[in-house]
Amino acid sequence: MGMTMTQKILAKHSGHDCVSVGDLLISQVDLILANDITGPPAIDEFDKIGKPVFDKNKIALVPDHFSPCKDIKSAEMCKHLRDFARQHEIKNYFEVGRMGIEHALLPDAGLIAPGEIIIGADSHTCTYGALNAMATGVGQTDVGAAMASGTTWFKVPKAIKVVLAGKKPRFVQGKDIILTIIGKIGVDGARYQSLEFCGEGISELTMADRFTICNMAIEAGGKNGIFPVDEKTIAFLQERGVTRSWQAVEPDADAEYDSILNIALDELVPVVAYPHLPENTHPAAESNNIIIDQSVIGSCTNGRLEDLAQAAEVLKGRKVHPHVRCIIIPATQEIYKKAMALGYIDIFIDAGAAVSTPTCGPCLGGYMGILAHGERAISTTNRNFRGRMGHVDSEVYLASPYTAAASAVLGHIADPREVLK
Amino acid sequence: MSKVWRYGDHVDTDVIIPARYLNIADFKELSEHAMEDIDTSFAANVQAGDIMVAGRNFGCGSSREHAPIVLQQKGIKCIIADSFARIFYRNAINIGLPALEIGKEVEKIEAGDELTVDLAKGEINIVNKGITIHTNPLPEFVQKIADAGGLINFVKGAQ
Repeated sequence: MGMTMTQKILAKHSGHDCVSVGDLLISQVDLILANDITGPPAIDEFDKIGKPVFDKNKIALVPDHFSPCKDIKSAEMCKHLRDFARQHEIKNYFEVGRMGIEHALLPDAGLIAPGEIIIGADSHTCTYGALNAMATGVGQTDVGAAMASGTTWFKVPKAIKVVLAGKKPRFVQGKDIILTIIGKIGVDGARYQSLEFCGEGISELTMADRFTICNMAIEAGGKNGIFPVDEKTIAFLQERGVTRSWQAVEPDADAEYDSILNIALDELVPVVAYPHLPENTHPAAESNNIIIDQSVIGSCTNGRLEDLAQAAEVLKGRKVHPHVRCIIIPATQEIYKKAMALGYIDIFIDAGAAVSTPTCGPCLGGYMGILAHGERAISTTNRNFRGRMGHVDSEVYLASPYTAAASAVLGHIADPREVLK
Repeated sequence: MSKVWRYGDHVDTDVIIPARYLNIADFKELSEHAMEDIDTSFAANVQAGDIMVAGRNFGCGSSREHAPIVLQQKGIKCIIADSFARIFYRNAINIGLPALEIGKEVEKIEAGDELTVDLAKGEINIVNKGITIHTNPLPEFVQKIADAGGLINFVKGAQ
Protein backbone atom coordinates (compact mmCIF):
# COMPACT_ATOMS: atom_id res chain seq x y z
CA MET A 1 0.00 0.00 0.00
CA GLY A 2 1.26 3.49 -0.89
CA MET A 3 1.82 6.28 1.58
CA THR A 4 0.66 9.87 1.98
CA MET A 5 3.14 12.75 2.28
CA THR A 6 2.81 12.69 6.08
CA GLN A 7 3.30 8.93 6.27
CA LYS A 8 6.45 9.09 4.13
CA ILE A 9 8.04 11.71 6.38
CA LEU A 10 7.14 9.71 9.50
CA ALA A 11 8.56 6.50 7.99
CA LYS A 12 11.86 8.10 7.03
CA HIS A 13 12.35 9.65 10.48
CA SER A 14 11.55 6.37 12.23
CA GLY A 15 13.86 4.06 10.32
CA HIS A 16 11.08 2.29 8.42
CA ASP A 17 10.57 1.77 4.69
CA CYS A 18 6.85 1.79 5.14
CA VAL A 19 4.36 2.67 7.88
CA SER A 20 0.62 2.06 8.19
CA VAL A 21 -2.25 3.95 9.79
CA GLY A 22 -2.29 3.38 13.53
CA ASP A 23 1.38 2.39 13.88
CA LEU A 24 3.04 3.87 16.96
CA LEU A 25 6.51 5.19 16.15
CA ILE A 26 9.48 6.78 17.82
CA SER A 27 10.64 9.45 15.37
CA GLN A 28 13.68 11.71 15.13
CA VAL A 29 12.73 15.39 15.10
CA ASP A 30 14.48 18.15 13.15
CA LEU A 31 13.31 21.14 15.18
CA ILE A 32 11.61 21.64 18.55
CA LEU A 33 9.74 24.84 19.39
CA ALA A 34 8.45 26.40 22.58
CA ASN A 35 7.28 29.89 23.54
CA ASP A 36 7.05 32.01 26.69
CA ILE A 37 3.94 30.19 27.95
CA THR A 38 4.86 26.60 27.15
CA GLY A 39 8.66 26.93 27.34
CA PRO A 40 9.03 27.42 31.11
CA PRO A 41 7.05 24.30 32.10
CA ALA A 42 8.81 22.36 29.29
CA ILE A 43 12.15 23.40 30.79
CA ASP A 44 10.98 22.19 34.22
CA GLU A 45 10.11 18.80 32.72
CA PHE A 46 13.43 18.71 30.82
CA ASP A 47 15.35 19.40 34.05
CA LYS A 48 13.76 16.33 35.70
CA ILE A 49 15.42 14.10 33.08
CA GLY A 50 18.91 15.33 33.96
CA LYS A 51 20.43 15.12 30.49
CA PRO A 52 21.93 17.84 28.26
CA VAL A 53 19.96 19.18 25.29
CA PHE A 54 20.22 16.79 22.34
CA ASP A 55 21.23 19.56 19.91
CA LYS A 56 21.40 23.26 20.77
CA ASN A 57 20.92 24.12 17.07
CA LYS A 58 17.63 22.25 16.76
CA ILE A 59 15.66 24.03 19.47
CA ALA A 60 13.81 27.32 18.84
CA LEU A 61 12.58 29.42 21.75
CA VAL A 62 10.36 32.38 20.92
CA PRO A 63 8.91 34.66 23.62
CA ASP A 64 5.95 35.96 21.59
CA HIS A 65 2.70 35.34 23.48
CA PHE A 66 2.81 37.78 26.41
CA SER A 67 5.95 39.52 25.16
CA PRO A 68 7.19 42.30 25.23
CA CYS A 69 6.20 41.34 28.77
CA LYS A 70 2.78 42.58 29.81
CA ASP A 71 3.28 42.21 33.57
CA ILE A 72 5.65 40.93 36.24
CA LYS A 73 4.40 37.34 36.04
CA SER A 74 5.00 37.14 32.29
CA ALA A 75 8.38 38.81 32.78
CA GLU A 76 9.35 36.01 35.18
CA MET A 77 8.33 33.40 32.61
CA CYS A 78 10.32 35.12 29.84
CA LYS A 79 13.32 35.32 32.18
CA HIS A 80 13.05 31.58 32.81
CA LEU A 81 13.12 30.99 29.04
CA ARG A 82 15.99 33.43 28.47
CA ASP A 83 18.12 31.99 31.29
CA PHE A 84 17.68 28.49 29.90
CA ALA A 85 18.58 29.67 26.37
CA ARG A 86 21.79 31.26 27.66
CA GLN A 87 22.74 28.35 29.89
CA HIS A 88 22.34 25.82 27.08
CA GLU A 89 23.57 28.15 24.31
CA ILE A 90 20.36 27.71 22.33
CA LYS A 91 21.15 29.13 18.91
CA ASN A 92 17.60 30.01 17.89
CA TYR A 93 16.43 32.05 20.85
CA PHE A 94 14.72 35.20 19.57
CA GLU A 95 14.84 38.17 21.94
CA VAL A 96 12.38 41.09 21.91
CA GLY A 97 13.35 43.35 19.04
CA ARG A 98 14.42 40.39 16.92
CA MET A 99 11.45 38.30 17.92
CA GLY A 100 8.37 37.68 15.78
CA ILE A 101 5.27 35.51 16.00
CA GLU A 102 6.81 32.05 16.00
CA HIS A 103 4.98 30.50 13.05
CA ALA A 104 5.76 33.43 10.76
CA LEU A 105 9.28 33.80 12.13
CA LEU A 106 10.68 30.26 11.84
CA PRO A 107 9.93 29.75 8.11
CA ASP A 108 11.22 33.27 7.38
CA ALA A 109 14.40 32.50 9.35
CA GLY A 110 15.05 29.50 7.08
CA LEU A 111 14.53 27.00 9.93
CA ILE A 112 11.98 24.85 8.08
CA ALA A 113 12.62 22.70 5.00
CA PRO A 114 10.57 20.10 3.10
CA GLY A 115 10.53 16.58 4.49
CA GLU A 116 11.46 17.65 8.02
CA ILE A 117 9.64 16.92 11.27
CA ILE A 118 8.95 19.87 13.56
CA ILE A 119 7.18 19.61 16.90
CA GLY A 120 6.18 22.63 18.91
CA ALA A 121 4.49 23.27 22.22
CA ASP A 122 1.98 25.39 20.37
CA SER A 123 -1.00 24.02 18.51
CA HIS A 124 -0.38 26.16 15.42
CA THR A 125 2.97 24.47 14.77
CA CYS A 126 1.07 22.76 11.94
CA THR A 127 1.64 25.98 9.92
CA TYR A 128 4.93 24.62 8.52
CA GLY A 129 3.14 21.98 6.46
CA ALA A 130 2.95 24.72 3.83
CA LEU A 131 6.63 23.94 3.20
CA ASN A 132 6.04 20.19 2.83
CA ALA A 133 7.18 19.52 6.41
CA MET A 134 5.39 17.24 8.88
CA ALA A 135 4.74 19.73 11.69
CA THR A 136 2.43 19.31 14.64
CA GLY A 137 1.58 20.75 18.03
CA VAL A 138 2.38 18.81 21.18
CA GLY A 139 2.42 19.56 24.90
CA GLN A 140 5.18 20.94 27.04
CA THR A 141 6.04 17.54 28.52
CA ASP A 142 6.57 16.24 24.97
CA VAL A 143 8.88 19.18 24.28
CA GLY A 144 10.75 18.73 27.56
CA ALA A 145 11.35 15.06 26.75
CA ALA A 146 12.29 15.74 23.13
CA MET A 147 14.80 18.44 24.07
CA ALA A 148 16.71 15.67 25.85
CA SER A 149 16.14 12.77 23.47
CA GLY A 150 15.75 14.39 20.03
CA THR A 151 12.82 12.06 19.47
CA THR A 152 9.11 11.89 20.10
CA TRP A 153 6.29 9.39 19.70
CA PHE A 154 3.68 9.53 16.96
CA LYS A 155 0.68 7.52 15.89
CA VAL A 156 0.55 7.32 12.09
CA PRO A 157 -2.56 9.29 11.11
CA LYS A 158 -5.28 8.60 8.59
CA ALA A 159 -5.57 11.22 5.90
CA ILE A 160 -8.09 13.44 4.19
CA LYS A 161 -7.20 14.33 0.60
CA VAL A 162 -8.20 17.92 -0.12
CA VAL A 163 -8.30 18.52 -3.87
CA LEU A 164 -8.13 22.19 -4.82
CA ALA A 165 -9.36 22.98 -8.32
CA GLY A 166 -10.02 26.05 -10.41
CA LYS A 167 -9.07 29.69 -10.08
CA LYS A 168 -9.22 31.70 -6.88
CA PRO A 169 -11.54 34.76 -7.11
CA ARG A 170 -9.86 38.11 -6.46
CA PHE A 171 -10.97 38.70 -2.86
CA VAL A 172 -10.86 35.08 -1.73
CA GLN A 173 -7.76 34.33 0.32
CA GLY A 174 -6.22 31.38 2.14
CA LYS A 175 -8.31 32.26 5.20
CA ASP A 176 -11.55 31.96 3.23
CA ILE A 177 -10.41 28.60 1.85
CA ILE A 178 -9.58 27.06 5.23
CA LEU A 179 -12.65 28.54 6.98
CA THR A 180 -14.79 27.09 4.18
CA ILE A 181 -13.14 23.69 4.66
CA ILE A 182 -13.67 23.79 8.44
CA GLY A 183 -17.28 24.87 7.84
CA LYS A 184 -17.77 21.76 5.70
CA ILE A 185 -16.05 19.13 7.86
CA GLY A 186 -16.46 20.68 11.33
CA VAL A 187 -14.03 21.41 14.15
CA ASP A 188 -13.41 17.69 14.65
CA GLY A 189 -13.76 16.68 11.01
CA ALA A 190 -10.03 15.96 10.69
CA ARG A 191 -9.48 14.75 14.26
CA TYR A 192 -6.32 12.63 14.49
CA GLN A 193 -5.92 12.95 10.69
CA SER A 194 -3.64 14.75 8.27
CA LEU A 195 -5.02 17.15 5.68
CA GLU A 196 -3.13 16.42 2.47
CA PHE A 197 -3.57 19.19 -0.08
CA CYS A 198 -3.29 18.50 -3.80
CA GLY A 199 -4.73 19.55 -7.14
CA GLU A 200 -3.89 22.10 -9.79
CA GLY A 201 -5.57 24.83 -7.72
CA ILE A 202 -2.48 24.87 -5.46
CA SER A 203 -0.62 26.88 -8.10
CA GLU A 204 -3.16 29.65 -7.48
CA LEU A 205 -2.08 29.99 -3.87
CA THR A 206 0.66 32.26 -2.56
CA MET A 207 2.95 30.86 0.14
CA ALA A 208 1.08 33.14 2.57
CA ASP A 209 -2.19 31.45 1.59
CA ARG A 210 -0.63 28.02 2.19
CA PHE A 211 0.74 29.03 5.60
CA THR A 212 -2.71 30.33 6.60
CA ILE A 213 -4.41 27.13 5.41
CA CYS A 214 -2.00 24.77 7.22
CA ASN A 215 -2.06 27.01 10.31
CA MET A 216 -5.75 26.28 10.82
CA ALA A 217 -5.60 22.51 10.16
CA ILE A 218 -5.75 22.22 13.96
CA GLU A 219 -9.08 24.07 13.97
CA ALA A 220 -10.52 21.10 12.07
CA GLY A 221 -8.94 18.83 14.71
CA GLY A 222 -6.14 17.84 12.33
CA LYS A 223 -2.76 16.50 13.38
CA ASN A 224 -1.18 18.42 10.50
CA GLY A 225 -1.79 19.89 7.08
CA ILE A 226 0.70 19.46 4.26
CA PHE A 227 1.27 20.82 0.74
CA PRO A 228 3.53 19.39 -1.98
CA VAL A 229 6.54 21.39 -3.18
CA ASP A 230 6.28 23.53 -6.32
CA GLU A 231 8.26 26.41 -7.81
CA LYS A 232 6.76 28.87 -5.30
CA THR A 233 7.98 26.71 -2.42
CA ILE A 234 11.46 26.49 -3.93
CA ALA A 235 11.58 30.26 -4.50
CA PHE A 236 10.54 30.82 -0.87
CA LEU A 237 13.26 28.49 0.43
CA GLN A 238 15.93 30.13 -1.73
CA GLU A 239 14.87 33.60 -0.62
CA ARG A 240 15.11 32.41 3.01
CA GLY A 241 18.63 31.05 2.58
CA VAL A 242 17.76 27.39 3.11
CA THR A 243 20.92 25.82 1.70
CA ARG A 244 20.98 22.53 3.62
CA SER A 245 19.95 19.49 1.62
CA TRP A 246 16.30 18.55 1.88
CA GLN A 247 14.10 15.96 0.31
CA ALA A 248 10.54 16.77 -0.69
CA VAL A 249 7.84 14.14 -0.42
CA GLU A 250 4.98 13.46 -2.80
CA PRO A 251 2.07 11.12 -2.17
CA ASP A 252 2.13 7.69 -3.77
CA ALA A 253 -0.48 7.20 -6.47
CA ASP A 254 -2.01 4.41 -4.38
CA ALA A 255 -1.85 6.24 -1.04
CA GLU A 256 -4.88 5.51 1.10
CA TYR A 257 -7.23 8.32 2.14
CA ASP A 258 -10.05 8.08 4.64
CA SER A 259 -12.03 10.61 2.62
CA ILE A 260 -11.66 13.05 -0.26
CA LEU A 261 -12.80 16.67 -0.14
CA ASN A 262 -13.12 18.57 -3.42
CA ILE A 263 -12.88 22.35 -3.23
CA ALA A 264 -13.77 24.40 -6.34
CA LEU A 265 -11.91 27.65 -5.73
CA ASP A 266 -14.05 29.53 -8.32
CA GLU A 267 -17.14 28.99 -6.18
CA LEU A 268 -15.69 30.41 -2.95
CA VAL A 269 -16.65 33.77 -1.44
CA PRO A 270 -15.21 35.79 1.47
CA VAL A 271 -16.49 34.16 4.65
CA VAL A 272 -16.67 34.86 8.38
CA ALA A 273 -16.73 32.30 11.21
CA TYR A 274 -19.26 33.35 13.86
CA PRO A 275 -18.81 32.72 17.60
CA HIS A 276 -17.96 30.41 19.26
CA LEU A 277 -16.50 27.82 16.87
CA PRO A 278 -14.42 28.20 13.67
CA GLU A 279 -16.92 25.91 11.89
CA ASN A 280 -19.73 28.50 12.08
CA THR A 281 -18.93 29.82 8.63
CA HIS A 282 -21.17 32.32 6.81
CA PRO A 283 -20.66 34.53 3.73
CA ALA A 284 -19.33 37.95 4.76
CA ALA A 285 -21.86 39.53 2.39
CA GLU A 286 -24.71 38.12 4.53
CA SER A 287 -23.30 39.50 7.79
CA ASN A 288 -23.85 43.24 7.32
CA ASN A 289 -26.07 43.58 10.36
CA ILE A 290 -23.23 42.68 12.75
CA ILE A 291 -21.79 45.85 14.27
CA ILE A 292 -18.16 45.60 15.43
CA ASP A 293 -16.12 47.40 18.09
CA GLN A 294 -12.67 46.17 17.07
CA SER A 295 -10.81 44.77 14.08
CA VAL A 296 -7.57 42.86 14.63
CA ILE A 297 -5.26 42.17 11.68
CA GLY A 298 -2.23 40.02 12.46
CA SER A 299 -1.30 36.72 14.23
CA CYS A 300 0.43 33.54 13.10
CA THR A 301 -2.54 33.00 10.82
CA ASN A 302 -2.58 36.33 8.97
CA GLY A 303 0.29 38.63 9.99
CA ARG A 304 2.43 38.19 6.86
CA LEU A 305 3.36 40.84 4.32
CA GLU A 306 0.72 39.61 1.84
CA ASP A 307 -1.89 39.97 4.60
CA LEU A 308 -0.80 43.51 5.41
CA ALA A 309 -0.92 44.30 1.67
CA GLN A 310 -4.61 43.35 1.65
CA ALA A 311 -5.29 45.57 4.64
CA ALA A 312 -3.37 48.44 3.00
CA GLU A 313 -5.30 48.04 -0.24
CA VAL A 314 -8.55 48.49 1.69
CA LEU A 315 -7.40 51.23 4.08
CA LYS A 316 -5.51 53.40 1.56
CA GLY A 317 -7.20 56.80 1.48
CA ARG A 318 -9.96 55.58 3.81
CA LYS A 319 -10.63 55.95 7.54
CA VAL A 320 -11.36 53.39 10.21
CA HIS A 321 -14.98 53.85 11.33
CA PRO A 322 -15.20 56.23 14.33
CA HIS A 323 -16.67 53.48 16.56
CA VAL A 324 -13.99 50.90 15.70
CA ARG A 325 -10.51 50.27 17.11
CA CYS A 326 -8.38 48.75 14.36
CA ILE A 327 -5.20 47.04 15.61
CA ILE A 328 -2.64 45.86 13.07
CA ILE A 329 0.28 43.67 14.13
CA PRO A 330 3.00 42.72 11.63
CA ALA A 331 4.09 39.20 12.55
CA THR A 332 7.86 39.80 12.48
CA GLN A 333 10.30 42.68 12.51
CA GLU A 334 11.27 41.94 8.91
CA ILE A 335 7.64 42.06 7.81
CA TYR A 336 7.24 45.32 9.77
CA LYS A 337 10.22 46.85 7.94
CA LYS A 338 9.02 45.73 4.53
CA ALA A 339 5.54 47.07 5.29
CA MET A 340 7.13 50.37 6.22
CA ALA A 341 9.18 50.49 3.02
CA LEU A 342 6.06 49.79 0.97
CA GLY A 343 4.17 52.61 2.70
CA TYR A 344 1.66 50.32 4.44
CA ILE A 345 2.41 51.59 7.93
CA ASP A 346 1.72 55.19 6.86
CA ILE A 347 -1.54 54.05 5.29
CA PHE A 348 -2.55 52.26 8.51
CA ILE A 349 -1.72 55.20 10.78
CA ASP A 350 -3.32 57.73 8.44
CA ALA A 351 -6.47 55.58 8.45
CA GLY A 352 -6.57 55.73 12.24
CA ALA A 353 -5.32 52.22 13.02
CA ALA A 354 -2.95 51.28 15.84
CA VAL A 355 0.21 49.42 14.74
CA SER A 356 2.13 47.25 17.20
CA THR A 357 5.44 45.48 17.51
CA PRO A 358 5.08 41.71 16.86
CA THR A 359 3.14 39.79 19.53
CA CYS A 360 0.42 37.15 19.77
CA GLY A 361 -1.21 39.52 22.33
CA PRO A 362 -4.90 39.91 21.47
CA CYS A 363 -5.38 36.57 19.67
CA LEU A 364 -5.47 34.66 22.95
CA GLY A 365 -6.80 37.48 25.10
CA GLY A 366 -3.33 38.21 26.46
CA TYR A 367 -3.04 41.97 25.97
CA MET A 368 -2.94 44.64 23.20
CA GLY A 369 -6.65 44.66 22.44
CA ILE A 370 -8.77 42.90 25.06
CA LEU A 371 -12.56 43.01 24.67
CA ALA A 372 -14.99 44.24 27.33
CA HIS A 373 -18.33 42.68 28.27
CA GLY A 374 -20.63 42.55 25.23
CA GLU A 375 -18.00 43.78 22.76
CA ARG A 376 -17.49 42.25 19.35
CA ALA A 377 -14.36 41.93 17.22
CA ILE A 378 -13.66 40.81 13.70
CA SER A 379 -10.23 39.26 13.65
CA THR A 380 -7.80 37.57 11.28
CA THR A 381 -6.75 35.26 14.12
CA ASN A 382 -7.60 31.58 14.39
CA ARG A 383 -10.00 30.94 17.29
CA ASN A 384 -13.33 32.42 18.29
CA PHE A 385 -13.92 30.30 21.40
CA ARG A 386 -15.87 31.83 24.27
CA GLY A 387 -13.76 34.45 26.05
CA ARG A 388 -10.82 33.96 23.67
CA MET A 389 -10.11 37.70 23.22
CA GLY A 390 -11.27 38.97 26.57
CA HIS A 391 -14.49 39.01 28.58
CA VAL A 392 -16.42 35.75 28.60
CA ASP A 393 -19.39 37.63 27.12
CA SER A 394 -17.44 39.16 24.23
CA GLU A 395 -17.51 37.79 20.68
CA VAL A 396 -14.90 37.08 17.99
CA TYR A 397 -15.66 36.69 14.27
CA LEU A 398 -12.85 35.19 12.16
CA ALA A 399 -12.10 36.48 8.67
CA SER A 400 -9.42 37.34 6.11
CA PRO A 401 -7.42 40.59 6.22
CA TYR A 402 -9.48 41.94 3.29
CA THR A 403 -12.71 41.31 5.18
CA ALA A 404 -11.40 42.51 8.56
CA ALA A 405 -10.12 45.76 6.99
CA ALA A 406 -13.33 46.39 5.04
CA SER A 407 -15.31 45.80 8.24
CA ALA A 408 -13.07 48.26 10.11
CA VAL A 409 -13.93 50.95 7.56
CA LEU A 410 -17.69 50.35 7.52
CA GLY A 411 -18.13 49.62 11.25
CA HIS A 412 -19.97 46.38 10.55
CA ILE A 413 -18.95 43.04 9.07
CA ALA A 414 -18.61 43.54 5.33
CA ASP A 415 -17.57 41.68 2.21
CA PRO A 416 -14.41 43.40 0.89
CA ARG A 417 -16.20 44.07 -2.41
CA GLU A 418 -18.42 46.57 -0.57
CA VAL A 419 -15.36 48.79 -0.14
CA LEU A 420 -13.17 47.81 -3.10
CA LYS A 421 -15.65 47.86 -5.96
CA MET B 1 -17.36 6.15 44.15
CA SER B 2 -16.77 9.23 42.08
CA LYS B 3 -19.05 12.16 41.34
CA VAL B 4 -19.56 13.13 37.69
CA TRP B 5 -18.94 16.63 36.31
CA ARG B 6 -20.77 16.54 32.97
CA TYR B 7 -20.09 18.83 30.00
CA GLY B 8 -21.02 18.91 26.30
CA ASP B 9 -19.22 18.83 22.94
CA HIS B 10 -16.10 20.78 21.91
CA VAL B 11 -15.04 21.89 25.39
CA ASP B 12 -11.93 23.86 24.39
CA THR B 13 -8.73 24.47 26.31
CA ASP B 14 -9.55 28.20 26.47
CA VAL B 15 -12.49 27.44 28.74
CA ILE B 16 -10.72 24.67 30.65
CA ILE B 17 -8.12 27.29 31.57
CA PRO B 18 -8.45 30.77 30.00
CA ALA B 19 -5.25 32.18 28.47
CA ARG B 20 -5.59 35.34 30.54
CA TYR B 21 -4.37 33.32 33.54
CA LEU B 22 -1.44 31.63 31.83
CA ASN B 23 1.00 34.12 33.31
CA ILE B 24 0.45 32.24 36.60
CA ALA B 25 3.34 29.78 36.85
CA ASP B 26 2.06 28.01 39.98
CA PHE B 27 -0.29 25.24 38.83
CA LYS B 28 -2.15 25.02 42.14
CA GLU B 29 -2.98 28.73 42.02
CA LEU B 30 -3.82 28.45 38.31
CA SER B 31 -6.21 25.56 38.96
CA GLU B 32 -8.54 27.84 40.96
CA HIS B 33 -9.63 29.21 37.55
CA ALA B 34 -10.34 25.82 35.93
CA MET B 35 -13.56 25.76 33.88
CA GLU B 36 -14.71 29.12 35.28
CA ASP B 37 -15.89 30.53 31.94
CA ILE B 38 -18.50 27.78 31.56
CA ASP B 39 -18.95 26.58 35.15
CA THR B 40 -18.22 28.90 38.05
CA SER B 41 -19.09 26.16 40.57
CA PHE B 42 -16.44 23.68 39.42
CA ALA B 43 -13.23 24.90 41.06
CA ALA B 44 -14.88 25.54 44.44
CA ASN B 45 -16.83 22.29 44.65
CA VAL B 46 -14.88 19.58 42.85
CA GLN B 47 -13.60 16.85 45.17
CA ALA B 48 -10.49 14.71 44.86
CA GLY B 49 -11.45 11.55 42.96
CA ASP B 50 -14.27 13.12 40.91
CA ILE B 51 -14.56 12.29 37.22
CA MET B 52 -15.14 14.63 34.28
CA VAL B 53 -17.40 13.39 31.51
CA ALA B 54 -17.91 15.18 28.19
CA GLY B 55 -19.07 14.81 24.60
CA ARG B 56 -17.14 15.07 21.34
CA ASN B 57 -13.68 16.60 20.81
CA PHE B 58 -12.91 17.35 24.47
CA GLY B 59 -9.90 19.64 24.89
CA CYS B 60 -9.85 21.10 21.39
CA GLY B 61 -7.80 24.19 20.63
CA SER B 62 -4.55 25.25 22.22
CA SER B 63 -1.79 22.77 23.04
CA ARG B 64 -1.52 24.18 26.56
CA GLU B 65 -0.79 21.28 28.90
CA HIS B 66 -2.01 23.58 31.64
CA ALA B 67 -5.51 22.28 30.69
CA PRO B 68 -5.13 18.64 31.82
CA ILE B 69 -2.76 19.80 34.60
CA VAL B 70 -5.35 22.07 36.28
CA LEU B 71 -7.99 19.33 36.11
CA GLN B 72 -5.52 16.89 37.68
CA GLN B 73 -4.58 19.52 40.29
CA LYS B 74 -8.25 19.91 41.24
CA GLY B 75 -8.46 16.19 41.91
CA ILE B 76 -10.08 14.91 38.69
CA LYS B 77 -8.88 11.31 38.54
CA CYS B 78 -10.08 10.41 35.06
CA ILE B 79 -11.75 12.03 32.03
CA ILE B 80 -14.29 10.12 29.98
CA ALA B 81 -15.50 11.50 26.65
CA ASP B 82 -17.12 10.55 23.38
CA SER B 83 -13.82 11.67 21.78
CA PHE B 84 -10.77 13.77 22.62
CA ALA B 85 -8.83 16.37 20.62
CA ARG B 86 -5.48 14.76 19.90
CA ILE B 87 -3.10 17.16 21.64
CA PHE B 88 -5.20 17.13 24.83
CA TYR B 89 -5.29 13.32 24.77
CA ARG B 90 -1.54 13.17 24.30
CA ASN B 91 -0.97 15.67 27.11
CA ALA B 92 -3.26 13.79 29.49
CA ILE B 93 -1.39 10.53 28.83
CA ASN B 94 1.97 12.28 29.21
CA ILE B 95 1.09 13.61 32.67
CA GLY B 96 -0.49 10.34 33.80
CA LEU B 97 -4.14 11.46 33.73
CA PRO B 98 -6.30 8.64 32.31
CA ALA B 99 -8.47 9.67 29.35
CA LEU B 100 -11.08 7.16 28.20
CA GLU B 101 -12.64 7.53 24.76
CA ILE B 102 -15.94 5.63 24.73
CA GLY B 103 -17.99 7.08 21.83
CA LYS B 104 -21.77 7.34 22.11
CA GLU B 105 -21.82 5.21 25.26
CA VAL B 106 -20.97 8.44 27.05
CA GLU B 107 -24.57 9.55 26.59
CA LYS B 108 -25.55 7.07 29.31
CA ILE B 109 -23.64 9.12 31.88
CA GLU B 110 -25.35 12.20 33.34
CA ALA B 111 -24.47 14.94 35.79
CA GLY B 112 -24.71 13.68 39.36
CA ASP B 113 -24.22 10.02 38.46
CA GLU B 114 -21.93 7.97 40.67
CA LEU B 115 -19.19 6.05 38.85
CA THR B 116 -16.57 3.46 39.56
CA VAL B 117 -13.84 3.00 36.95
CA ASP B 118 -11.56 -0.03 36.64
CA LEU B 119 -8.82 1.08 34.27
CA ALA B 120 -7.10 -2.30 34.12
CA LYS B 121 -10.31 -4.09 33.10
CA GLY B 122 -11.57 -1.16 31.04
CA GLU B 123 -14.87 -1.07 32.94
CA ILE B 124 -17.01 1.91 33.86
CA ASN B 125 -19.90 1.25 36.26
CA ILE B 126 -22.72 3.77 36.58
CA VAL B 127 -23.56 2.62 40.08
CA ASN B 128 -26.85 4.46 40.57
CA LYS B 129 -28.19 3.11 37.25
CA GLY B 130 -26.70 -0.37 37.41
CA ILE B 131 -25.09 0.07 33.96
CA THR B 132 -21.64 -1.24 33.00
CA ILE B 133 -19.78 0.24 30.03
CA HIS B 134 -16.84 -1.69 28.56
CA THR B 135 -14.00 0.31 27.01
CA ASN B 136 -11.02 -0.66 24.91
CA PRO B 137 -7.82 -0.94 26.93
CA LEU B 138 -5.13 1.64 26.20
CA PRO B 139 -2.72 0.74 23.35
CA GLU B 140 0.28 -1.14 24.76
CA PHE B 141 2.74 1.66 24.09
CA VAL B 142 0.48 4.25 25.70
CA GLN B 143 -0.08 1.88 28.64
CA LYS B 144 3.71 1.76 29.15
CA ILE B 145 3.80 5.56 29.45
CA ALA B 146 0.87 5.44 31.86
CA ASP B 147 2.52 2.65 33.91
CA ALA B 148 5.70 4.72 34.19
CA GLY B 149 3.61 7.56 35.64
CA GLY B 150 3.96 9.76 32.59
CA LEU B 151 6.34 10.52 29.75
CA ILE B 152 9.21 11.99 31.75
CA ASN B 153 9.56 8.89 33.91
CA PHE B 154 9.18 6.77 30.78
CA VAL B 155 12.04 8.63 29.06
CA LYS B 156 14.18 8.44 32.21
CA GLY B 157 13.57 4.72 32.40
CA ALA B 158 14.67 4.28 28.79
CA GLN B 159 18.11 5.73 29.44
